[in-house]
Amino acid sequence: MSQSKKDEILHDHNHDGIDRRGFLKCMAWAGTGALCVIQGGVLKSYSMSRMNEWNAAKMAGELSFAQISDSHMGFNKAANPDVAATLRAAVDKINALSVQPEFLLHTGDISHLAKPEEFDTVDQILKGAVAKDVFFVPGEHDVIGDEGQQYRDRYGKGTKGEGWYSFDKKGVHFIGLVNVVNLKAGGLGNLGGEQLEWLEADVKQLKSSTPIVVFAHIPLWSVYPEWGWGTDDSAQALSYLRKFGSVSVLNGHIHQIMQKVEGNVTFHTAMSTAFPQPQPGKADSPGPMKVPAEQLRSVLGITDVNFVQGQHALAIVDSQLG
Amino acid sequence: MRGKVARVGLAALLIALAAMFTTVGGVVGVGAQEKAPAGVAVKIDNFSFGPAAVTVPVGTTVTWTNRDDIPHTVVSTDGVFKSKALDTDDKFSFVFSKPGTYSYFCSVHPKMTGQIIVQ
Repeated sequence: MSQSKKDEILHDHNHDGIDRRGFLKCMAWAGTGALCVIQGGVLKSYSMSRMNEWNAAKMAGELSFAQISDSHMGFNKAANPDVAATLRAAVDKINALSVQPEFLLHTGDISHLAKPEEFDTVDQILKGAVAKDVFFVPGEHDVIGDEGQQYRDRYGKGTKGEGWYSFDKKGVHFIGLVNVVNLKAGGLGNLGGEQLEWLEADVKQLKSSTPIVVFAHIPLWSVYPEWGWGTDDSAQALSYLRKFGSVSVLNGHIHQIMQKVEGNVTFHTAMSTAFPQPQPGKADSPGPMKVPAEQLRSVLGITDVNFVQGQHALAIVDSQLG
Repeated sequence: MRGKVARVGLAALLIALAAMFTTVGGVVGVGAQEKAPAGVAVKIDNFSFGPAAVTVPVGTTVTWTNRDDIPHTVVSTDGVFKSKALDTDDKFSFVFSKPGTYSYFCSVHPKMTGQIIVQ
């Protein structure tokens, strides 16, 4: 009772269901990214919303990079009226790290409506990051209306097909996949035959000891197909990665942290820098969760599902989502 | 193209239409003297089209309105019609001038599907 009283909106000047206190609470969960550290060839993901609990010495690895996702620039509804501020907050947090990540990964939904000015704003904010390289994959919001042409004009230099690509950093092979283009009625995310063929060829010559990091917008595992949270042909893609000892899959799209291990593959989804979405099946639809609201506590609770330890078999942490 | 796209929401067009037609429930309807059916509304709410299937007479204008905080699209499976991104409260209308079953979906969230049956 006292909690709900505390969450009452006291000064709703804009009549948008959010007051200053609510906005600050919103800032507490938003503006987050994940720091990914490769240690002994295995990726570990740390949520930046828990930076104060980090032990820098234990976290040192061969390579670190930061994942941000779902900045939805242009979104301005009650769930977060200032997505530019929360993206800036994410960049500030990354810049405050004692050891700077080598680069940033953005796992899509850069923009909300694929408007040029939305991409411009994100580019401008990301210029404020100390890490200068940013690798992108598109989200479905980035390809609205033109199947990703504008996205590829901006971010797709040197990529193949709809914008997929791979690169190597310090012995780690990174693969950016596109699963938001040419979606079929009634279906989920889709990679398509051409991209799958490319992927098979891309990893064929690699040694099985090479650590692999795959990143794409929509989860490459079946999180909740009823809400479209999965990719129709992801099993085919993952079959090409079976020979590798360490495979990490980084996704966005669902605006919350989930992690799961299947054999040699560790799956991670990132929080949004813009607004949270409900846990699978816990709302009528996957629409934005408005804050402040009584659900806020459960949103914050999700950050507890956070650390993946390097030991594969122990890292199943999605059990907390029930 | 098997029909005409009517862009509802353009102020100038609305003013012109208001002078010519009656407005029924936010949907631009056709005057009785035209002997054409009135418009039908489909709501986009909670990531679904409602009603998901509608049967209408030939000549009906169907207008979709997005009530979600997330953009959606209205795209015919057979390429007959295709809206732009509809942000919150944006509308898209299409005149169904030929009989048939028109399946459509949201190209952003393809789990969202619907049908217009024109008789």
